[in-house]
Amino acid sequence: MERVPSPGASRFREASIAGTWLWLGLFALLPNLVLLLVAFLDRDTVGFFIPSLTLDNFRELFAPVFLGVLWDSIRLALCSTLVCLLAAYPFAYALAKAGPRLRPWLLLLVIIPFWTNSLIRTYALILMIGAQGLVNKCALGLGLIGAPLELMYTDFAVFAGMTYTFLPFMILPLYASIEKLDPGLADAAKDLGAGSLRTFWHSTLPLTLPGVVAGCILVFLPSLGSFYIPEILGGATNMLLGTFIKNQFLVAKNWPLGAASSSVLTLLLVLLAVLYRFTSQRAAGGYNAPLNARRDGE
Amino acid sequence: MTTPPILELRGVSKNFGNTLALHNINLEIANGEFLTLLGPSGCGKTTILRILSGFEAPTRGAVFLNGQEITSSPPELRQVNTVFQSYALFPHMSVWDNVAFGLRMQKRPKVEINQRVAEILRRVHLAEYGDRMPRQLSGGQQQRVAIARAIINNPLVLLLDEPFSALDLKLRKQMQFEIKHLQRQIGITFVFVTHDQEEAFAMSDRVVVMNEGTVIQVGSPQEIYEEPESLFVARFVGEINVLEGDIRAARPGGTYQAEVEGVPFILHSRREFAEGETVKVLLRPEDLKVYLEQEKAQQPPFFLGTINETVYKGATVDILRTLDNGKKLQAAEFFNEDDADITYRPGDRVSVTWVEGWEVVLNAEGE
Repeated sequence: MERVPSPGASRFREASIAGTWLWLGLFALLPNLVLLLVAFLDRDTVGFFIPSLTLDNFRELFAPVFLGVLWDSIRLALCSTLVCLLAAYPFAYALAKAGPRLRPWLLLLVIIPFWTNSLIRTYALILMIGAQGLVNKCALGLGLIGAPLELMYTDFAVFAGMTYTFLPFMILPLYASIEKLDPGLADAAKDLGAGSLRTFWHSTLPLTLPGVVAGCILVFLPSLGSFYIPEILGGATNMLLGTFIKNQFLVAKNWPLGAASSSVLTLLLVLLAVLYRFTSQRAAGGYNAPLNARRDGE
Repeated sequence: MTTPPILELRGVSKNFGNTLALHNINLEIANGEFLTLLGPSGCGKTTILRILSGFEAPTRGAVFLNGQEITSSPPELRQVNTVFQSYALFPHMSVWDNVAFGLRMQKRPKVEINQRVAEILRRVHLAEYGDRMPRQLSGGQQQRVAIARAIINNPLVLLLDEPFSALDLKLRKQMQFEIKHLQRQIGITFVFVTHDQEEAFAMSDRVVVMNEGTVIQVGSPQEIYEEPESLFVARFVGEINVLEGDIRAARPGGTYQAEVEGVPFILHSRREFAEGETVKVLLRPEDLKVYLEQEKAQQPPFFLGTINETVYKGATVDILRTLDNGKKLQAAEFFNEDDADITYRPGDRVSVTWVEGWEVVLNAEGE
């Protein structure tokens, strides 16, 4: 079945695949391995680390201070992921069902912030929620509040910043999976007696689950690791994971501990990637699974 | 009809923007009937189906199911189920879960669901396939799952939207037979949509021929084929030869003295024609009789002509030839075992006539 490629084409293919592997190996795999290695080394106050193996860094991750940081970060990341999901799903759905004239404009609303530097967008948010910001001015002007709300430098500001920054990462994968959806399936569910809610629950949602999971991963992980959003918008009281890792490397000069906490984050990413693969296989009805192997087994 | 119709469309029209998709459709469908909506694509047959299933609302008119008006009730509240053209099986559910879906939506007890799903899967010969996912099935098997999933809810009417269009010819014939058989067994009213006249004739009790949003003719397959009321129907449901004629004189008993393509013939028709009226005489290829000129002396009347071409079709031979006045005709002959060696060659002189009374006569404006 497979077309036999000419020697030249085959060499080109091998070369480009090898190039990709080399790139990934050098700039993704190797640094992560070094990071993992450093996580098992001892701290040195003068240099970065000393080459003696230890589990102390991971033990330190179970200290109440770090667990508190981790818990706060996960909670905040989960909240912004959830809000992103709830806000993005209806929008992505409308986007997928929009007519050919409206759709490019709606898509543009997502793409423009997506392409804008997120640091700039975070600073822009200060103009919105600062003491003299648009939100306060409007609320004061309308007489809804007597004094300006203190929105800046709170958990809420960080939460709003994350939700705002990462929303496009939720919308785009959702849009991709809803757009692929066969509209006949919703018709079939209704035809078989399911109301709109149950049609969504039994047909639309399970079939767009890969998009939901992909979007959640794309929002949850950067939210968890982000350090500039909490630094710009957040208060000094609650440190988050991203800031913690950054501080270990740049402020406390404790590379091994920074490496250990960063490795935990990477591990989380791997686990979520496995989850994503699992859900997308289910939604495809085992299409991605080795079909022949299953048939042979029967 | 003495018993009230199970399904009725009263004055149904449908506009999509400025386009008129359906125009004043009146249709009664009897309980247990196998009715087919037949027409070219864009004739409105699928729109009727979507109005019956509840996915479209008519712009004007009303729909009644079992005596109840259902014009504006949503699909999930109608005792009507659909077999979709693309099957629309839930790809994330096993065959079993697909079939059980309707009963689960009705919140039936588990025991009943298990029993009925098992029974219906056996009925469509898929008892062993409950655990499979739709993607692991062949087209014919997917089709059966779609049918099982629809009929398990005991609908009053089952709608089928060109369900065989994705199947190859052999499988299509087999599924036609199976569906017809199933319909007789379970006695549910079937409303079937197709653009394939052969399929419509093979399966239906009644055929509704549609064109450009209107019903052109309703009747049994035989009536539609043998007594088309318009040139459109005649042409749509098969090959037909159209001859020009003039009525010379009316005779008693529905016969007319007429001149057809310049040759005097006796025409039979239940329609009324005036003397001197121009008519069209319609003849199916298989109703024409062709004789080699030297073969045997023919009783007049007949046409004289020349063979143009013969097309071997397996069971029949199509014979294309030109009459002496330039008119082209097509005839189909079945092989006759007794004189299998009768062959026509291009250029052979022939005489042509037809079985008296098998012609259809329409007035010339009957387009």
